[in-house]
Amino acid sequence: MSGRVLVGVKRVIDYAVKIRVKPDNTGVVTDGVKHSMNPFCEIAVEEAVKLKEKKLIKEVVAVSCGPQQSQETIRTALAMGADRGIHVDVSGKDYENLGPLQVSKILAALAKQEDAQLILLGKQAIDDDCNQTGQMTAALLDWPQGTFASEVSLEGDKINLVREIDGGLEHIKINTPAVITADLRLNTPRYATLPNIMKAKKKKIVTVKPADLGVDVTSRLEVLKVEEPPQRQAGRV
Amino acid sequence: MFAVRNALRLGSRLFIPAVTRRGCAGAAIPIDDVVNGLTEEQIQLRQTVRKFFVEKLAPHADEIDKKNEFPGMRDFWIEMGTMGLLGVTAPVECGGTGLGYLDHIIVMEELSRVSAAVGLSYGAHSNLCVNQLVRHANEKQKEKYMTKLLTGEHVGALAMSEPNAGSDVVSMKLRAKKEGDYYVLNGNKFWITNGPDADVLIVYAKTDPEAYQKGITAFIVEKGTPGFSTAQKLDKLGMRGSSTCELIFEDCKIPAENILGPLNKGVYVMMSGLDLERLVLASGPIGIMQAVLDAAIPYLHVREAFGQKIGHFQLMQGKMADMYTRLSACRQYLYSVARACDRGHFSAKDCAGVILYCAENATQVALDGIQCLGGNGYINDYPLGRFLRDAKLYEIGAGTSEVRGDHQKTASGLLWMIKVIHTHKALLYKRTCHQGF
Repeated sequence: MSGRVLVGVKRVIDYAVKIRVKPDNTGVVTDGVKHSMNPFCEIAVEEAVKLKEKKLIKEVVAVSCGPQQSQETIRTALAMGADRGIHVDVSGKDYENLGPLQVSKILAALAKQEDAQLILLGKQAIDDDCNQTGQMTAALLDWPQGTFASEVSLEGDKINLVREIDGGLEHIKINTPAVITADLRLNTPRYATLPNIMKAKKKKIVTVKPADLGVDVTSRLEVLKVEEPPQRQAGRV
Repeated sequence: MFAVRNALRLGSRLFIPAVTRRGCAGAAIPIDDVVNGLTEEQIQLRQTVRKFFVEKLAPHADEIDKKNEFPGMRDFWIEMGTMGLLGVTAPVECGGTGLGYLDHIIVMEELSRVSAAVGLSYGAHSNLCVNQLVRHANEKQKEKYMTKLLTGEHVGALAMSEPNAGSDVVSMKLRAKKEGDYYVLNGNKFWITNGPDADVLIVYAKTDPEAYQKGITAFIVEKGTPGFSTAQKLDKLGMRGSSTCELIFEDCKIPAENILGPLNKGVYVMMSGLDLERLVLASGPIGIMQAVLDAAIPYLHVREAFGQKIGHFQLMQGKMADMYTRLSACRQYLYSVARACDRGHFSAKDCAGVILYCAENATQVALDGIQCLGGNGYINDYPLGRFLRDAKLYEIGAGTSEVRGDHQKTASGLLWMIKVIHTHKALLYKRTCHQGF
């Protein structure tokens, strides 16, 4: 199997930051807060780059949906070894309401446009913990899905996958093209070395709008209220 | 006195806020790199190296300080070599990364933020040794020595200071006598960072003692050369983990081809190198100040006294503001001078000014940081004490503050460049400083 891999990378609030709820309870504070690539997306990028290094695939395309700053996340993926990037520009209210359903429609449209053989995503994002995008994308494309992957190996035009499930480890074999979502133990993401960061400067990032892909990003969900969990009370002995 | 007793009473060991502990390790005060004027690549550079250092080095920082040794140093050096961090300013043709002084500063700042001691060793290797080779070594020398220094297999060092020549380094006594194709070195060097570990050292010696400053030559010395040995590792107040020692030369024969730069012109190699040394090393105090903020500010938002978070008290807010503004001002000065150097404009006055200003502010910010944590700042469970001990070095190494000030005030020209005298990085507080009591 050779060809193109699409890797989705999401820009999320850094895992080490202390989250604060906005005073108007409509969401969390994101202004001026440190953001970075979702850790599971890093694992997905690493897996894609590894497949390219083994010469099993030809090109790794990093995709991110969000405002201008999402390009930083794509650049990190480029510095890790992705070949080029696609930035789907979604900002303002649309971005606040962007959820797995819209993203999976975008990814499905891109997969068709780029003739991708494989879509690699993180199993979930650490900001919303939805764990839906991979599954929805596969359903929209009518492709097989290998979620919670902790081991991936390509065998001809099939993929051997080990999934981490509640009961233990599940071994499956799926056809390509397919969607795979990465779990924690799939690999250890590499650090982008300085020479690679320099090389990444020359790699291209193309910006598109959801409308160009024929995707409507209006949300079917409405957030009513966001509040902090109740303060921990003292226990009783 | 009352403040201390009060602080010790409040800072009871029983109450150590768990959030602060996590905050000290991972959460950090964000740096506004747009205000700092960094390019997008430099912002990405900072994020990348920060991640690398937090994951690989931060868990060991306290222990390195406690034990005064860094057991994983050689492995860490190789990891840094793979990342391209050991030759930030070395040209790509030599195997370096071909970036500028500001990029080097960003790397060293983030490294010092995690462990100032390792940052110092890194600075000695990558700037004092590697950058001097980049600037003055001939093709043959570059071919022989650069590769392993850049991959991290070899550790580099620089030796100019002597037991009786710290700030007054031009009065050095290490003698290099010509004998055929060799120079025979006799004497000592002191305060040498990376001395115990270094495989390649740049050593300044007097080839013509009568000519005073015009008789100094730089040599490249390899570890294991007969007649060259190192003595005891120094037990320092701070920068513990950055190994420092005495070098001993007893009829040590160094081939003439190992002369770095022109014969008897070593002072030019030394002085111009010192400007860049001061520039890059000034990022050490910046990193320390940032680390102080990272540790102190979250604490102020969690620790309670008199029914409210202590961060709500005006005096504490004033302290926070002072610490932040000192750091920001120092950073802008440093970055501006670095940008000028990257454009080929080297101002010796400003390089000295930058480290003078950053070092003195770092000590002050570190003291403030300890004060913010009260009693908790006084115990070694928290890193604030380490920050202060590490910060103090920068007022001494590369020229004690008093001498740097002198540099500032005298007229320009080669004359005052020679008047400007500097110590080298390593430092011993058990001995009384030659400046005063």
